[in-house]
Amino acid sequence: MACFLVPGTEAIVVTAAALLLKRYEQKKTEVKIGTNNTSAETQKKSGFAGKLFWLAELLWGGVILLAFEHLWYGEVVPFFPFLTAATEGPAAVSEMLGEMASVGVTMAVLVTVIWIGMVLISAAIEKRPTTEKAEVTV
Amino acid sequence: MTLLITVFAAVITTAIWYKKNDEKMLLGPLCWMFWGASIMWFVDAIFEYAELKAEYFTPALEDMINDTFLGLSVVALALVIWVVILLIKDPRGTVRNKLKKK
Repeated sequence: MACFLVPGTEAIVVTAAALLLKRYEQKKTEVKIGTNNTSAETQKKSGFAGKLFWLAELLWGGVILLAFEHLWYGEVVPFFPFLTAATEGPAAVSEMLGEMASVGVTMAVLVTVIWIGMVLISAAIEKRPTTEKAEVTV
Repeated sequence: MTLLITVFAAVITTAIWYKKNDEKMLLGPLCWMFWGASIMWFVDAIFEYAELKAEYFTPALEDMINDTFLGLSVVALALVIWVVILLIKDPRGTVRNKLKKK
């Protein structure tokens, strides 16, 4: 009914956090370049903000396509009050909130859990030696 | 059906992203979009299965056709969003060059 609103809210929070973190990381890098003469390669390495943007994109992508599905089934309308259930009385609103609490929260949690897995795997991949180096050692 | 179509779109897009390894095509946002929607529809499918049990796997023909149309429309919408992002960001400068020539 409106389950996509839960991951949608998470997407807004995550995007804001990622933007703030990106600005902080950029400032930190600028200071490092000034004092320690950090190499260009270190500058290029994406920090945690980059990984937070993965979660934001995952959430936004899902939310946009799910919102379209809700529009398709008439559960969301492009005019006020936007949610069809809001015009159908307290029983429908209660059902909608119940669905948001069950399906919506599970969606947000599963996307986040998968993202945590991706971050852990990517950290392991980053630690791996590059292909050229691996060939030299063999 | 919508879930299936989106998962196929996600896998195909990710395979192309990996093969091409071309950041200028901006395939990343398209991959995230399809995977995000796939995960969310997967959750939806689990809840629906818990409610309908075996009936979930034997949908009515009309529902299946409707779901197929929805799946294809979702893929089309995602592709349109990707093209718009590609043209606005214009990483190859193609749009900029065309406009400059005029």
